[in-house]
Amino acid sequence: MEETKAVEHAHPTAGTYLRVAAILTVLTVIEVGVFYVPAFHPFLAPVLLFLSAVKFAIVVMFYMHLKMDSRFFTLVFGGPLLLASAVMLGLLFLYGVLTLGH
Amino acid sequence: MSHAATTHHTSMGLDSRKMAFWAFIGSECLLFGTLISTYLIYQGRSVSGPTPGEILNIPVTSISTFDLLMSSLWMVLALAAVQRGDMKWAKVWLLGVAIGGAIFLGFQVYEFTSFVHEGLTLKTNLFGATFFVLTGTHGAHVTVGVLWMLTLWYRAMRGKLGPQHAVTVEIAGLYWHFVDVVWIAIFTLVYLLHK
Repeated sequence: MEETKAVEHAHPTAGTYLRVAAILTVLTVIEVGVFYVPAFHPFLAPVLLFLSAVKFAIVVMFYMHLKMDSRFFTLVFGGPLLLASAVMLGLLFLYGVLTLGH
Repeated sequence: MSHAATTHHTSMGLDSRKMAFWAFIGSECLLFGTLISTYLIYQGRSVSGPTPGEILNIPVTSISTFDLLMSSLWMVLALAAVQRGDMKWAKVWLLGVAIGGAIFLGFQVYEFTSFVHEGLTLKTNLFGATFFVLTGTHGAHVTVGVLWMLTLWYRAMRGKLGPQHAVTVEIAGLYWHFVDVVWIAIFTLVYLLHK
């Protein structure tokens, strides 16, 4: 049990959880807003992918506690996540959805 | 036998149940990665309609996305309540998560039903096949999560869930938040970046 205490840290407070929820809500509103504003359409994909990645990271770090928990959990989750991302990119290039150059 | 006596840890001092569950979540990344890839590869290649631009309802899905995000907040509040032994609020938040998940599923049933009425089924075109498989798989995960939350709530109502079971609730929370992050990706890639 002593070892466990050494690697598992205290979770955030309710106040932190509420602040995280507020940030996620604002980011979601921005996402939907960007979708409806024609001026953003040339940059729609990079902006939305960035916002989505930020939301993903915030939930994983604060709600799933990877920021406070053992780094080994990050490895156990991050490894397959990177593999999945690499497989996705590979397939999208293979089938011509993404291309290098033009 | 007390709960503490049955808790096992890895040689690194980590809870073995959390370790196993993180490995499971890692494998789920690969499952949803392949489903999302398949959707993106076939996007815009349907030879007949309806197409995503004609049929997707962004305002309605934005509301269901917000609902799922809020259910994630209620999940961490439930865990915090269990950890401090405040079972009254733990019951409230756990039931809230289950209701939030059920509302999300209600939105999905509404969406699927309206799509079928507008002529989009699994067999209509490539968009229908990949869309229903991807979002349906996610919906099945939400359904499992709702049942899991109701089980925890029932245990709490019967006095069989307490601070000593915090890791049990935390693992359920990991599952719920993972379902949430998958939807974050689906909402962007399928709904907002549709062709």
